[in-house]
Amino acid sequence: MSPRRAAAAAAGVRGAAGVRDEAVQVHERAARGRTVQREQGVQREQAVQEQAVQERAAPDGGGGRAAHRRDLLRRMLLVRRFEERCVELYSAGEVRGFVHLCIGEEAVPVGVLEALTSDDAVVSTYREHGHALARGIPAESVMAEMLGRVTGCSRGRGGSMHLFDASRRFYGGHAIVAGGLPVAAGLALADRMRGDERVTCCFFGDGAMAEGEFHETANLAALWGLPLVLACENNLYAMGTPLAREHAVTDLALRAASYGMAAWPVDGMDVLAVEKAARRAAGAVRAGGGPHFLELRTYRFRAHSMYDPDRYRERSEIERWKARDPLRVLGDRMRAEDGFGDEDLDALERDVAAELDRAVERARAAGEEPVEDLLRFVTGPPREGP
Amino acid sequence: MSSFTMVKALNEALRKELEADPKTLVMGEDVGRLGGVFRVTDGLHKDFGEDRVIDTPLAESGIVGTAIGLALRGYRPVVEIQFDGFVYPAFDQIVSQLAKMHARALGHVKLPVTVRIPYAGGIGAVEHHSESHEAYFAHTAGLKVVTPSNPVDAYWMLRQAVRCDDPVIFLEPKRRYWDKAELDPNAAGAPSRLHDARVAREGRDATLIAYGPMVKVCLDAAAAAEEDGRSLEVVDLRSLSPLDFDTVTASVQRTGRAVVVHEAPVFMGMGAELAARITERCFYALEAPVLRVGGYFAPYPPSRVEETFLPDLDRVLDAVDRSLAF
Repeated sequence: MSPRRAAAAAAGVRGAAGVRDEAVQVHERAARGRTVQREQGVQREQAVQEQAVQERAAPDGGGGRAAHRRDLLRRMLLVRRFEERCVELYSAGEVRGFVHLCIGEEAVPVGVLEALTSDDAVVSTYREHGHALARGIPAESVMAEMLGRVTGCSRGRGGSMHLFDASRRFYGGHAIVAGGLPVAAGLALADRMRGDERVTCCFFGDGAMAEGEFHETANLAALWGLPLVLACENNLYAMGTPLAREHAVTDLALRAASYGMAAWPVDGMDVLAVEKAARRAAGAVRAGGGPHFLELRTYRFRAHSMYDPDRYRERSEIERWKARDPLRVLGDRMRAEDGFGDEDLDALERDVAAELDRAVERARAAGEEPVEDLLRFVTGPPREGP
Repeated sequence: MSSFTMVKALNEALRKELEADPKTLVMGEDVGRLGGVFRVTDGLHKDFGEDRVIDTPLAESGIVGTAIGLALRGYRPVVEIQFDGFVYPAFDQIVSQLAKMHARALGHVKLPVTVRIPYAGGIGAVEHHSESHEAYFAHTAGLKVVTPSNPVDAYWMLRQAVRCDDPVIFLEPKRRYWDKAELDPNAAGAPSRLHDARVAREGRDATLIAYGPMVKVCLDAAAAAEEDGRSLEVVDLRSLSPLDFDTVTASVQRTGRAVVVHEAPVFMGMGAELAARITERCFYALEAPVLRVGGYFAPYPPSRVEETFLPDLDRVLDAVDRSLAF
């Protein structure tokens, strides 16, 4: 008998049937509890939703629809142009290491994080420039990180993949696929234990759903009803492997739903759809409805990384997706519904360009962390025990 | 003063720390209602409740990752890994996240996570349940790795580990779980600091360096050697990372001979690091090369050959003979 089985046997003194009966009861109780919790959550969430929808539908003016959309567009533009600068700086040898771009996916970070408050926590991936910027980490701080400068949010140590800003509750930047998921579960558990009405949002890609850490986290989160938004960025490729060649079941929301959590697919190229879905999910989570899963269907226009020759997909496929460029999708809608014009776009472009000029200039002017400091922060100062 | 087994001492240490700080949590597989396979958490669930002594699913990576998230939010989780071999599924979280996050966050976050692991062999528990994997963890910057050899150290070191703001891998030699010693759990303070080595027995002719389960083997070997007129010193390292190398150096400078003893395979083990460092620091004092006694470079064997496989008194004394004859 294995030690685990032996331990289980040692724990149970009643007959197997008694244990089974109790197990059934426990299961039913838990399911009832979760259902009640979820229903309450859904009711509260609907109220929050309706309020949000009313606000957004308000006629143009302070806090109105057009201004909100313009703000979303500006932020997506900032992410797009920031990454284009990174490409230039990488080609010039100023940015070193790996660089993974989210160009084409901007609606996801901007739309999802629009639905969170600054008290909510964010855990991200290695394709996280967009998440960091949408979270509100200044472009200057992220750019300094890209350039390895001491003024970067991780002092220049983290680089592209390990942006970290605890003060903004941005808990990384994780280079290990699915590595951030269990950490996010812990952040969410802490909030629940403290009684905080906070949400933790964890981003990960479709590739992460083949990893064990996703499944451990999904099970823990659903079992314990954790306040967690699982934001799956399904860009159809795990690096170079297409979805159908990495997953036996490619309906990712369906798989997440098997853990007993609400899960649905979202058009990840439409920032308004993303925002709406994220508000709905975050609202329900905040109201005690347990974890929610969003499958954000998106596409990256650039290769996996700067090293990737991108041989695994047809040019025509990329072009088809570019027709649904999230900047264009929102821009077209604003033109049609909000009287948005070329001059408005030009003004946004100029504004973003000026911000990025400033970010690059200041980052370049900053120093690097002294080499001898690399041994600092490996561990903390000693704390005397008993 | 009363008599404590190592299990009871560890249990008492957890109890004291749960009482001392409401942010301290215990979590792991069957640590709650069952009280753990080895009963180290016995009774804690009843007294502190299911929110502080948390039964988890069988998901080692999920458990350690969750503990990291809790620590980022100010909690002080003590994770139990049920058996040494079960830690491997959590290796990613320990090495990629737990060990590195403090540096990644420039010290803006603390990671007071203690990972308790019953480790090493000697109880007939076969492969995956008898692993000595300390070198993996000691090799990783950002982790502290400690291992007590007796109930008194187990008690104080666990309390100190829980209070430590850095991640601590706390290795419990399970073959010593039922050893007894006199302990006053209410004494004012610990006899020594968490990362100090201890001279467990004084001697003149050679130094035996050991930790965890092998300290008792070395003390027995030293007692046997005394009957042959040889005086052996035994250093109990207690902490493998950081290493208290001053205590080791002082001993070897006096005796001129050193034998490192551990259960883990000799190849690439702690003994290699110790031998290299002793050679660098004590070169002119050495009368013989530093010798190593340890496990074979093979998976852990079936229990019927365990006694042959594990380093024992004879293998230690044979190495001492070779050192003295050099």
